[in-house]
Amino acid sequence: MNSLLLHIAKNEWKSLLRGKWVVGYALIFLLLTDSLLRFGGGGPEALLSLSNVMLLFIPLVGMIYGILYIYQSREFIELLLTQPIDRKVLFWGLFAGIATPLMLAFVIGSLLPLGWHGILLLDAAASSMVLGLGAVLTLIFVSLGFLFGLAFYDDRIKGFGFTIVVWLFLAILYDGLVLMLVFMFGQYRLERFVIAVSMLNPIDLARIMVMLEFDISALMGYTGAVFNRFFGSNMGIIMASGMLTLWLAIPTWIGLRVFKKKDF
Amino acid sequence: MIEIKNLKKSFGSLEVLKGINLSIPKGQATGIVGPNGAGKTTLIKTILGLVKPDSGSIRVNETTLNGNWQYRRDIGYMPQVARYPENMLVRELLEFIKGLRNQPATFEHELIEQLNLAPELNKQLRTLSGGNRQKVGATLAMMFNPEILFFDEPTAGLDPKSSRMFKERVQTEKEQGKTVIITSHIMSELEQLVDHVIFILDGNVRYYGSTKNLLAESNEERLEGAIASMMEVA
Repeated sequence: MNSLLLHIAKNEWKSLLRGKWVVGYALIFLLLTDSLLRFGGGGPEALLSLSNVMLLFIPLVGMIYGILYIYQSREFIELLLTQPIDRKVLFWGLFAGIATPLMLAFVIGSLLPLGWHGILLLDAAASSMVLGLGAVLTLIFVSLGFLFGLAFYDDRIKGFGFTIVVWLFLAILYDGLVLMLVFMFGQYRLERFVIAVSMLNPIDLARIMVMLEFDISALMGYTGAVFNRFFGSNMGIIMASGMLTLWLAIPTWIGLRVFKKKDF
Repeated sequence: MIEIKNLKKSFGSLEVLKGINLSIPKGQATGIVGPNGAGKTTLIKTILGLVKPDSGSIRVNETTLNGNWQYRRDIGYMPQVARYPENMLVRELLEFIKGLRNQPATFEHELIEQLNLAPELNKQLRTLSGGNRQKVGATLAMMFNPEILFFDEPTAGLDPKSSRMFKERVQTEKEQGKTVIITSHIMSELEQLVDHVIFILDGNVRYYGSTKNLLAESNEERLEGAIASMMEVA
């Protein structure tokens, strides 16, 4: 089963590398990180700017990429399903095949400049935190893209629309909405509510982890400040990474269930 | 050997298969005909496990389908629309499917030669014409020497020469005792290739029997006339 999974994944890797745009995606992060380090002051500031860009774009690229893959490969997936192969193996093979190159493109693209500017050694913990979060976010959002592609299999417009709305909501509107609620209900004790709410957004969770690591909660939104006060840095990071793991596990599991039951 | 009992499938409120009963013995060449949207492709997809039935049962070679996949080792399928990853080479696709099936590709070279695919092997799949893609599909379906072969509108995009090559190949498969199942709208082609016909209308089997009997019963000389008159009656 595992060799078959690898066989499927390898085939996707080959296709992707030949498509070249994953390489382009890596180059974008390479140029970005390099110029941030060159012109943007010291290591921590550059890392922070990098994580801001990452928090905004990785979710979008991951989701669009996942859903696009499903839509583009419909006939091919159907052909593979007619072969003597377990749907489960096929699902994991395709997921690994398209999520890992995207993840590696980000990690390698950002890692290299961090390496040659020496930040990797100076701020090892912070660097690996940012790179690790980018990697996990890639997996989470490719998985969500997969899920939306399967859920809106026959209606691409709806699928893409839904994807964009989810991204806008999670990446841009969410913190503002939370802040608005806090203003409206300021007379109540809202800490627990705010913490619960921020757990429901993987981008927020990643943002909070960056903040806790850099200890700059006041700079990056309201939920992070509450999180910091409530849990403190270490406990907060552990809680948030636990929740991120759930965010990775649950959509992927639902995606697998849908894939196994689906009519193609 | 394929046995289907009371197979039902709806997509939303649309009933596509309304209780299909069929038994296709080993070694029989069968054509599935019927108007567009009658449920032909859904029926094939259900046998292949792409579509999950609402109720009823399918048995393929003593295996009852329940989401299992091993039975597909005995099946080759050539789809109606053949689309493959664009930047993959034909040769790579064949290698990939070989690795996936892990069965000896007995007829690979024979088919490549017969369908004249050799000049295409090192081309990217996106640059292939529709007809050549069909040939790739045919090769993938037959190269593992499976016992059961499904062809969904196989010659729709083929030029006359390739079409003849393909039909000759199917004849050979028949003579070797393969179970061959073909859907097509080209009745003259079915006449050459199959000796049994399943006529599907509105998700039901309207006729299932040998072509000879069908022609005798309907007082027609050609399959086309017999099927057309059945469609008119319906």
